[in-house]
Amino acid sequence: MKHKSRQPKNTVGNNFSEKSQTYLLIHAHALFSSLGRMARNSFTSAMTIIVMAIAISLASGFYLLVVNMQQLTGEIESTNQISLFLKANVSDNAGKQLADKIRSDKRVGKVLVITKEQALAEFKTYSGFGDALDILDKNPLPTVIQVLPVDSLHDMKTIKSLMIEFNQLPKVDFSQLDMQWIQRLQSMMQIMQRGVFILALLLGFAVIVITGNTIRLELQNRQDEVLIAKLVGATHAFIQRPFLYTGFWLGFISGLVAWALVTVIMFILQSPIEKLSILYDGSFDLSYFGFMDVISLLSISSLLSMAGAWIVLHYQLQQIQPK
Amino acid sequence: MLKFDHVSKRYPDAGDALLNVSFHLKPGEMAFLTGHSGAGKSTLLKLIAMMELSTRGNILLDGQNLNKITENQIPYIRRKLGLIFQDNKLLQDRTIFDNVALPLIVSGYGYQEVGRRVRAALDKVGLLGKEKKYPFALSGGEQQRVGIARAVINKPRVILADEPTGNLDPTLSAEVMHLFEQFQKVGVTVLIASHDVDLLSQMGHRILTLDHGQLKGS
Repeated sequence: MKHKSRQPKNTVGNNFSEKSQTYLLIHAHALFSSLGRMARNSFTSAMTIIVMAIAISLASGFYLLVVNMQQLTGEIESTNQISLFLKANVSDNAGKQLADKIRSDKRVGKVLVITKEQALAEFKTYSGFGDALDILDKNPLPTVIQVLPVDSLHDMKTIKSLMIEFNQLPKVDFSQLDMQWIQRLQSMMQIMQRGVFILALLLGFAVIVITGNTIRLELQNRQDEVLIAKLVGATHAFIQRPFLYTGFWLGFISGLVAWALVTVIMFILQSPIEKLSILYDGSFDLSYFGFMDVISLLSISSLLSMAGAWIVLHYQLQQIQPK
Repeated sequence: MLKFDHVSKRYPDAGDALLNVSFHLKPGEMAFLTGHSGAGKSTLLKLIAMMELSTRGNILLDGQNLNKITENQIPYIRRKLGLIFQDNKLLQDRTIFDNVALPLIVSGYGYQEVGRRVRAALDKVGLLGKEKKYPFALSGGEQQRVGIARAVINKPRVILADEPTGNLDPTLSAEVMHLFEQFQKVGVTVLIASHDVDLLSQMGHRILTLDHGQLKGS
């Protein structure tokens, strides 16, 4: 390391803090000059950032979708209930009496009666057939008793025996367990989760390639500068530094834009999703990105982008040699 | 300071550019490298600047054998050199200050030191006060002197100049050559490639003549 001995003898003294200060200044300069350079080529930078932001927002948007779906199915899981549809001729009062009887069973946790009027009102509100239903002179809907077994999730035996007993009750038309479709939903969720994971990998790869290509073009445009810097003794690390910072900015700003995009999309989706969650009797709160999510989103997009820049620099800087 | 020991350079498709070249420049010595175009002047300078590698023989710069330098060490070798080119190789979109400061920035000098040294170097070449101008705003002779300021700012042990007066009229050429003599007087080894034989012979320094890649007399 002979060059160390040829470092400058500064007027203030060539001590450690001076050196680290200079080092920080060099980095700060590279950081902000690369941002300034991007601002000067604002059109090109904006195009790249938009493409990357779309890729990142797709990946992170689907991730958020999965998180919300998990939350939704999580809620359904905890209300794994049996619905008893009573025969049409059974009155609400008779239904309530039956409900009281069922409630006294030790295996049953919670019982809720939905009267014919309640059912009709709910159906009118959410089905979209509101006016059409007015034509009917009679309420066709049955009284429904919702039964939540004590250990609804794990004790399948009890649930099955309960079902058999309920089906034998004379007032019950049929009973329905919301289990099967939950299982189907869960396996669909697993497929979706995996799909989103693969999609995120592909889009992450796209971010690497997009930055790589942008940096390659930038390197071509600044070839003279690289050549002259090499001739006056610039190291590989020195030359690649501003380009790496350009990569960082591309990723960081794209991450910010993607975050904004996803938030706007979620905002647009919020009210229909809330309506849907009411249909499922859920008090479902839509999950947005939390603080840590935003931090990881920005870190991942910056790191991927820097990786893309680094790979291109590693190969291309070797090619640019003064002749 | 600079020693060529039976150095040859052969290009795969163009044959021998240099053949068995040996010479030795002492610290503080100034020499001219001359010869017809294509005689190998530029190739010889490129070997010292590690822009090319010799095919045979050894080149010693400040005691270091350039054949044994790794890729990662090249920047530190180049920091011992001040390179001057016929076409200046200035960055057109940077100010004179930034152009001259580049070798210091690259070596990690602090801002105060950079500012002080840039002004000193520009003063030396008579361009103090033009720091904020861009290269295109300067005349050819001034641009060449900016190139010289950039080459000497790192206090190099050796200055290499490839046709530094190629684009200049005789008066300016003489001025530039006298500038080089001033650096030589403070102990810098100077090697200048030029075909301006009239000017060279007036100056009374050692002349290395290349002919088809071979050294004729020194």
